[in-house]
Amino acid sequence: MISMNIVKRKPLPHWVRIVIPFAAVVITLLLAAIPILFAGGNLGKAYSSLFYGALGNRFNLLETFVKSSPLILTGLAVAFAFRARFWNIGAEGQLFAGAIMAAVIGIYFPGLPPYILVPFIMVSGFLAGGLWAAVPAFLKTKWKVDDVVTTLLLNYVMIHLMGSLLFGPLQAPGSSWPRSSAIADAAHYPMLIARSRFHIGIPLAFALVLIIWFINSKTVFGYQSKGVGINIRAAAFGGINTNMVILKTALISGGLAGLAGVGEVCAIQYHLLMDISPGYGYTGIVIAMLGNLHPIGVALAAFFFSIINVGAQTMSRMAGVPVYISGVIEGVALMVMLIFLLLSEYKIRWKRS
Amino acid sequence: MREVTKRFLDVVANDSVTLELFPGEVVALLGENGAGKTTLMNVLFGYYQLDGGKLLVRGKETVFSSPKDAIESGIAMIHQHFTLVPSQTVLENVMIGVEESFFLNMAKARKKLLRIEEQFGLYLDPDAYVWTLAIGEKQKLEILKALYREAEILIMDEPTAVLAPTETKELFETLKTLVARGKSIIFISHHLQEVMEISDRVIVLRNGRNVAERKTSETAIPELASLMVGRELLERLEHGESSPGEPVLEVADLHAKNSRGIKAVDGVSFQVREGEVLGVAGVSGNGQTELSEILFGQIVPERGSMKILGKEVPVGSSKAVIKSGVARIPEDRISTGLFMDLSVKENMILESHVSEPISRNGLLNKQEIESFALSCVKSFQVKTDGIEAPVKSLSGGNLQKVILARELVGDPKVVVACQPTRGLDVGAMEYVHQVMLDERSKGAGVLLISDDLDEIFLLSDRIIVMYQGKIMGETDIEHADRDKIGLWMSGVAS
Repeated sequence: MISMNIVKRKPLPHWVRIVIPFAAVVITLLLAAIPILFAGGNLGKAYSSLFYGALGNRFNLLETFVKSSPLILTGLAVAFAFRARFWNIGAEGQLFAGAIMAAVIGIYFPGLPPYILVPFIMVSGFLAGGLWAAVPAFLKTKWKVDDVVTTLLLNYVMIHLMGSLLFGPLQAPGSSWPRSSAIADAAHYPMLIARSRFHIGIPLAFALVLIIWFINSKTVFGYQSKGVGINIRAAAFGGINTNMVILKTALISGGLAGLAGVGEVCAIQYHLLMDISPGYGYTGIVIAMLGNLHPIGVALAAFFFSIINVGAQTMSRMAGVPVYISGVIEGVALMVMLIFLLLSEYKIRWKRS
Repeated sequence: MREVTKRFLDVVANDSVTLELFPGEVVALLGENGAGKTTLMNVLFGYYQLDGGKLLVRGKETVFSSPKDAIESGIAMIHQHFTLVPSQTVLENVMIGVEESFFLNMAKARKKLLRIEEQFGLYLDPDAYVWTLAIGEKQKLEILKALYREAEILIMDEPTAVLAPTETKELFETLKTLVARGKSIIFISHHLQEVMEISDRVIVLRNGRNVAERKTSETAIPELASLMVGRELLERLEHGESSPGEPVLEVADLHAKNSRGIKAVDGVSFQVREGEVLGVAGVSGNGQTELSEILFGQIVPERGSMKILGKEVPVGSSKAVIKSGVARIPEDRISTGLFMDLSVKENMILESHVSEPISRNGLLNKQEIESFALSCVKSFQVKTDGIEAPVKSLSGGNLQKVILARELVGDPKVVVACQPTRGLDVGAMEYVHQVMLDERSKGAGVLLISDDLDEIFLLSDRIIVMYQGKIMGETDIEHADRDKIGLWMSGVAS
């Protein structure tokens, strides 16, 4: 009989950890070839149209950037929380909280000038998402309530809260759809490139990648949140106020997800509607894992996902492969990455007995 | 078990240990933490494979490659931490892993369980959910599980550690019934009174070796205590000139419960003066861990006060204790003292990362951190591939050096060390001892909590002994007598 043993391996050199996500992407594309071939597509044509559709011309490239902005923000939100072992599965709900806040302010404060209104909305949306994430963090620190469960379930609370607003006070007059009135023009994100949807939220998302990287690696708070994540007992022994670290982490994490919601309302839809997010909050979890919880990794993973998403439309047209292949690729990417992460810590030994 | 040897890398955990067990008897396996009891039992239960020696079951040489083999040979192990499914019933828990066929035969299993309950006088409602059971009942269930698997030999790893006194009494009744019905029990413990009460024979392990075997009826607590902690008189290290001065650490009337809500520290008061080592001796599990956790600021005592360098320090705050300049060497360096996944550098700044010059206005200062870490590594000769290497790549001795460096580099006036040499090899142990004495020579007051009596004798100027959360006695080193201390350790006042 052959038995399998999993044993810890020696720490890998740093460069291997950087190579791992890229290798995971390559293997993902190889594995994804199987369903593409099954669907009767021509592999070369499928992949070339996928990448052409995402990067091949000005419009497509800018669309890929547009799509990447909410993914970067939710990915960062999850990665920042996971790093401190605050298992925030609730980026989706926090995104909705930010979106609701953006719509409310955008609709009810139409008189303010844009240079005041837009930052005001951003800050409020950040706080809305942050406070929504602080609720499970508070429950966790106060009564040790499991954060996976609470963050996940609060998503549904927020979805239904949004539903009741959109069928109630926020519903556009005369509309029978769950859709708000349009927000004021002054609340629109400024567009940075003509004839495109390239809005100010995109460079903001990339700037936040750098800011989070800076917080993580250069500040006392970044050290403390990492310590809380790695060994909360040792962190407390070292005099770190672990509860406060978890609360602050949740506030920032939820705030980032909230900003993703603000961007969708103020730069893409200009209304609040039920399907404001196609699951960006959940995709953020996948992106955070694929990016190995590192901000730069998150940005790259988010960009990869938006390539797949945007390019899938073209691939479907050109190679006759269903659009849903993009979902398959994302799922495979996560699994490959998780297996790689496992194999970077452990090795498998086969034993014959 | 004949001359069983088990090595882990270069550490010998069991060195030619022999253990015989006859039907219908309780053998107590006695020894301090790290004496090799648990390793030996894990070998017997098939978790580990032996590196030398033989295992004979009912006279036949046997090799267990997994616990499954051991269970099939009629051996059961009852762990300190229960392996039960809280959301299932007693009956379901008993059946787990036993059913051979795909379909569960609940009626048959119930009948068998009830018969066993009847036979051994161990009554539990088969339909009760496990989460509703008290701890003592859960343990009963573990025993029922073993009996259901037709175990003849029960290994009980410190079964009383989690029990309240009345539950312990009940457990002993149960064990007596089991033995009367022909079962054999290996009882692992370091509680001497319990060993005296329940066992027929006692086997004492120390440093992975058999040191003695006694019939329980022919021995007494003081003898066992001294066998357990050892009698080899080591050369007392050169202490150097030092005259104790002002008290630097004073605690008064400390009371605390442990994590299970049982009283662990019961009215402890003492002083540590500058330039002396105060040793806290005792069999482990008598409140030393909790005492250290109070001193480190990890737990809030129910009552009591603490003064450092003459100033009142709020209890239950790690931050306040760190701020007052106490060097803290925790009992469990891996789970409490270190971030195993972080670098040497990041571990060095655990306590100083909030203070200047390591950080300023919330920003870490890379240069200062690196020069601090380098000086720590250098002055304590930490063997590492540089300060960026993850601490998990370091050996046990060097892990301890990381902690020593971090804690002692600022010349503290108070040092509190809990089991500072546990699990270390001889070289590292000597190094730690020397460091403790150096601190004393530099004028620090050192509190040394250790269940290694040799270590206490080697280093202390004064000794106090803890028993069941109380201080049983105090003596200075000139008048210290091992027999008297052995008595104190077993709860006998003199």
